[in-house]
Amino acid sequence: MRFTEEHEWLRVDGDLIVVGITEHAATQLGDIVFVELPEIETQVAKDDEVVVIESVKAASDILAPVDGEIVEVNEALSDNPALVNDDPLGEGWFFKVKVDDLSVVDEYMTEDEYQELIG
Amino acid sequence: MSNTKQLPLDALHKELGGRMVPFAGYDMPVQYAAGVMAEHLHCRAHAGLFDVSHMGQVRLVPKGGAEATALAFEALMPAAVLGLPEGRQRYGLFTNDTGGILDDLMFANRGHDLFVVVNAACKTADLALMQAGLSDTTEVIAITDRCLLALQGPEAEAALARLVPQVADMRFMDVIEADHPEFGSLWISRSGYTGEDGFEMSVSDAGAEGFARALLAMEEVLPIGLGARDSLRLEAGLCLYGHDIDETTSPVEAGLAWSIQKARRAGGDRAGGFPGADRILSELANGAARARVALRPEGRAPMREGTVLLAQGAEVGQVTSGGFGPSVGAPVAMGYVPAPLADPGTELAGRVRGKDLPVTITTFPFHPHSFKR
Repeated sequence: MRFTEEHEWLRVDGDLIVVGITEHAATQLGDIVFVELPEIETQVAKDDEVVVIESVKAASDILAPVDGEIVEVNEALSDNPALVNDDPLGEGWFFKVKVDDLSVVDEYMTEDEYQELIG
Repeated sequence: MSNTKQLPLDALHKELGGRMVPFAGYDMPVQYAAGVMAEHLHCRAHAGLFDVSHMGQVRLVPKGGAEATALAFEALMPAAVLGLPEGRQRYGLFTNDTGGILDDLMFANRGHDLFVVVNAACKTADLALMQAGLSDTTEVIAITDRCLLALQGPEAEAALARLVPQVADMRFMDVIEADHPEFGSLWISRSGYTGEDGFEMSVSDAGAEGFARALLAMEEVLPIGLGARDSLRLEAGLCLYGHDIDETTSPVEAGLAWSIQKARRAGGDRAGGFPGADRILSELANGAARARVALRPEGRAPMREGTVLLAQGAEVGQVTSGGFGPSVGAPVAMGYVPAPLADPGTELAGRVRGKDLPVTITTFPFHPHSFKR
């Protein structure tokens, strides 16, 4: 698993990259009450706003960490957005993206580097 | 360095895990360890302690008779001050010459004075307004050495009565002064801004920490931050000054005409005589052009402040407060629309991130009030 400075995680799953937010981010956002997910088959470019997370307090944008095509989104979040708080690294994932070259994830921080960032 | 001020209980908030944010010139806890949702639900089920010491506390002490002070105060706002019984509190609005609202406030008749609580962001202007309007008849005393705490929720009475037994006999909007051997003088009103039963308590800076700790030590009491304070008052349908009411909104548009007693209305003993009376009395008689309405967005996406409201594709108004209501379990909002569109059941759209989503006008409050009347 790799991590962005925007507190997202990326995990390679077969030929796809799964994206979510870190426990640190979920804690900072507080109780999440709504997640707006992108449409499947959307082409996204790195830094596009692809997901909107609404906590009780405020709305936050999640940026696409890589260029690619959204091929799957976590529909379970529509009914149960609290999954992001309960299991941010697992059941609380946002979307799966198909990229040209999976090695793009290597640009991002390792867990040790990320822990140092939030330390 | 930030130029925000610290509350007298700053260290206690940090010890309790409060996440501090700047608000109205003060470092304030937006939430504690439990989080906004848990704090909100705890307050509705048990009791929550709020530090609202950023708000302005003012005493109006008559130089001569109390009637002269009451009448001078009435010249600043449409509420009736004369006739408010001793030991009772009332909600009022300072208005401007165009009938807009300068601030909303609470005032209590304590016999020897009127005790006034105003919003933090407005307190300097309010003090100047009161000094200009009342200093001939009244000493206007800004209180700077007392905290203001609120204890809200269905178990607030049981909790506070352990320390101050006489609060059990109070009803909604009663005020008392009590002397506590440890915490000093306590100025208590049975009121609040959550829709729940509860109390607002002015306590000396010296006594505040002990008083807060004594309450927090009780099983039913959790500290509650600004985040839940906002979601609680939103569900209760109560206005946040600077958002739902401001210098451009009139009391009638805002649905606050109930705060204008008969004596100040047309045909009353002291009709008019407050800033903006022409507009406000006319709106009382003929209705206002727009109205503050309760809004229930369909689905789960909150419609926050600034969300444009549309009817048949045309912009008709805006959301002034909105978010997720933890007790309602769905998004809730309020905003202004033209009077013909203000009836409950009217279906509008709210534009959220470029998409027009359905929203229905409903009635306030979103969560029922449980005041002890």
